[in-house]
Amino acid sequence: MNRDHVLVQRPGPLTSVVIENVRILDPGAGIDTHGDLVIVDGKIGGDPTGLARIDGTDCIVVPGFVDPHVHLRTPGREDTEDISSGSRAAAAGGYVAIAAMPNTQPVVDDAQDLARLRELAAEQAVIGVGFICAITKGQLGVELTEAAELAELGAAALSDDGRPVSNAAVFRRALQYQHLAQLPLTLHEEDMDLSAGGSMHEGAVSARLGVGGIPAVSESVAVARDVALASYEDARIHICHVSAKETVEEVRLGKLRGVQVTAEVSPHHLLLVDEDCESLDPATRKMNPPLRAIDDRDALLAALIDGTLDCIATDHAPHGPSEKELPFEEAPFGVTGLETAFASLYTHLVLPGKLPLEILIARMTCDAARVLDLPIPTLIEGATANLALINLETRWIVGEGGFQSKSRNSAFLGTELTGHVTLTIAGGQNAWQV
Amino acid sequence: MSAHRSLVAIGDLSRDEITHVLELSDRFAEVMSRDIKKVPTLRGRTIINLFFEASTRTATSFELAGKRLSADVINVKATGSSVEKGETLKDTVLTLSAYQPDVIVIRHGAAGAVASATRYTEAAVINAGDGKHEHPTQALLDLYTLRKVMGKIEGLHVAFVGDVLHSRVARSGAIALQRMGAKVSFIAPPTLLPRGAAQGLGVHVSHDIADIADADVVYALRMQHERMGTGGFVPSLREYATQYGIGHQRLRPGQRVMHAGPINRGVEITDQLADDPAALITTQVEGGMVVRMAVLYDLLSDPKVQREAHDVSAMVAA
Repeated sequence: MNRDHVLVQRPGPLTSVVIENVRILDPGAGIDTHGDLVIVDGKIGGDPTGLARIDGTDCIVVPGFVDPHVHLRTPGREDTEDISSGSRAAAAGGYVAIAAMPNTQPVVDDAQDLARLRELAAEQAVIGVGFICAITKGQLGVELTEAAELAELGAAALSDDGRPVSNAAVFRRALQYQHLAQLPLTLHEEDMDLSAGGSMHEGAVSARLGVGGIPAVSESVAVARDVALASYEDARIHICHVSAKETVEEVRLGKLRGVQVTAEVSPHHLLLVDEDCESLDPATRKMNPPLRAIDDRDALLAALIDGTLDCIATDHAPHGPSEKELPFEEAPFGVTGLETAFASLYTHLVLPGKLPLEILIARMTCDAARVLDLPIPTLIEGATANLALINLETRWIVGEGGFQSKSRNSAFLGTELTGHVTLTIAGGQNAWQV
Repeated sequence: MSAHRSLVAIGDLSRDEITHVLELSDRFAEVMSRDIKKVPTLRGRTIINLFFEASTRTATSFELAGKRLSADVINVKATGSSVEKGETLKDTVLTLSAYQPDVIVIRHGAAGAVASATRYTEAAVINAGDGKHEHPTQALLDLYTLRKVMGKIEGLHVAFVGDVLHSRVARSGAIALQRMGAKVSFIAPPTLLPRGAAQGLGVHVSHDIADIADADVVYALRMQHERMGTGGFVPSLREYATQYGIGHQRLRPGQRVMHAGPINRGVEITDQLADDPAALITTQVEGGMVVRMAVLYDLLSDPKVQREAHDVSAMVAA
């Protein structure tokens, strides 16, 4: 099935520019060279004569990032994010394509909801935005949505994100129906009975803080079930925001057995741990799945490098101040991530030598696109320009210049990061320029 | 952010600071033995007790402590206040802070509520219990009681028995006791022992009630039905009582028993033991007030924020 129509972007003028003296890095296409990158009428390559020029000293130009997992809070909570602000936040982070989860108010679960969002995106989105629809109506876990029709209308995938499909028989039917609808199933994995009452990772820190614990097994048992069912139905699944080392093992075993399973990991799970929750500040430290222990974090990084975890996804989850100014145990889960994803990972993993830059770029671009069958951004001559220009020397304080997002519940608020996106071209159009 | 020092978690206090509070408590205990039990120390200061959860001991003792120090004390309870109209903790704290209190004492059902409140007031904030998180003044009064009864804390072995999972008393107590050089054990049914407690709190953990034999002090914890929800953490209270209930038959001579109250007689502690002098329950309650006087005095006598000097000698001379 052709998936080009999944992403929607506001039409606009096409960019023509020369980025001079820049490292051109596209791991997916095997490109790593130094020189000038020419963009003419929104496409890579062509005649640079007479074009505007941008100095690329200290910069890399890479294929634009792809995020298979964001929350744009539209419809229903446009006070915390909308398609315009969310897509601008993404562009500011170097993203050219994002897929929005359907756990909105109301849930995106039918053709009308999807069509309305795609119309809005065609008016507002500065980068490609795809819309994921619910697996079950209202995300209630009972009746399947009309997935074949949703697929025809351009749904990016199906997900009940925010909650699992608890009933195994319902989930099994969703897997069976995938053979007709052909949509990726992207799964929030959580045994809600095991995680009930929890606000942070269950372990030494939760024992000390007396905060209700979310055990690692509440995630891994759900993944084990779904990998087994996907295997049995010869279906394909994508595991959202892997947080626990036990889950990494389930994904690894599934892949070894040839199950069609992919998985994502978030920057905050790669960089922060339960010890960081001592402040009990929900705005920056409360998310689901929770920040886990140091050995979980280390297992996630190893798995990202060896490919067990396929890609980075931010799980960008904007919340308004009134929601996050509640006591830790009462506040909602979620942190924003689009504007800091690359810089946080570059600063804390690439610069200290823990993660090769080439792998990070691959996991944020081609590998991320593949998990949802989205078009793969590339710098190959002739391709539509979907790229990010990043100055690797610039240091900046998160939040100091405000956010493009309407919300500021960033896990990295107030911290200094290195690496700043200065230009994003999405679909051949300027989406962000400093 | 609070300009005063606050007391959110017992771990915020060093060993020296804890010792200072205990010594201050002794001075206030002396004052309380006089005919006239009121001193002018905190005259002109305002203390607001903001209780979102039920409390007898803590609420009463904070109120009395403030009044005996001559502070103006206002009690706000969630029931009958604007909290019932859906006001958030932030707005309640902002509203009360407009009256410029010196201290806000908060009890709340959610861990992190007191830390959250410090972000919205200039007043010193005292944690009077937030969810399962901490109850630092309980830990201080327990230290005060042990020091008074046992003569010292260093080298003591205190075993917390029972519902550790839901107990802010055990958590703050374990941190405080170890800081003062005591050994701490958690002895509990497997379902009521938080995973990671040994590593996270440095305590010895056991499921075997016979292990209380090693302890100088057995601290019986209340079974907190109200935090357990449905399904139950033990098959029955009857079985819990037979397996873990503390009575004379489980104790050796000289062992002391503590309980933070309110007690479930016949569940975590037998009727007979609760009324026995070996149980320090009422001594703990007595200590509660003077320790809270000491904490209030200590927070408000911070030289950086002191508006009106009152040194301890002036107070005792009053």
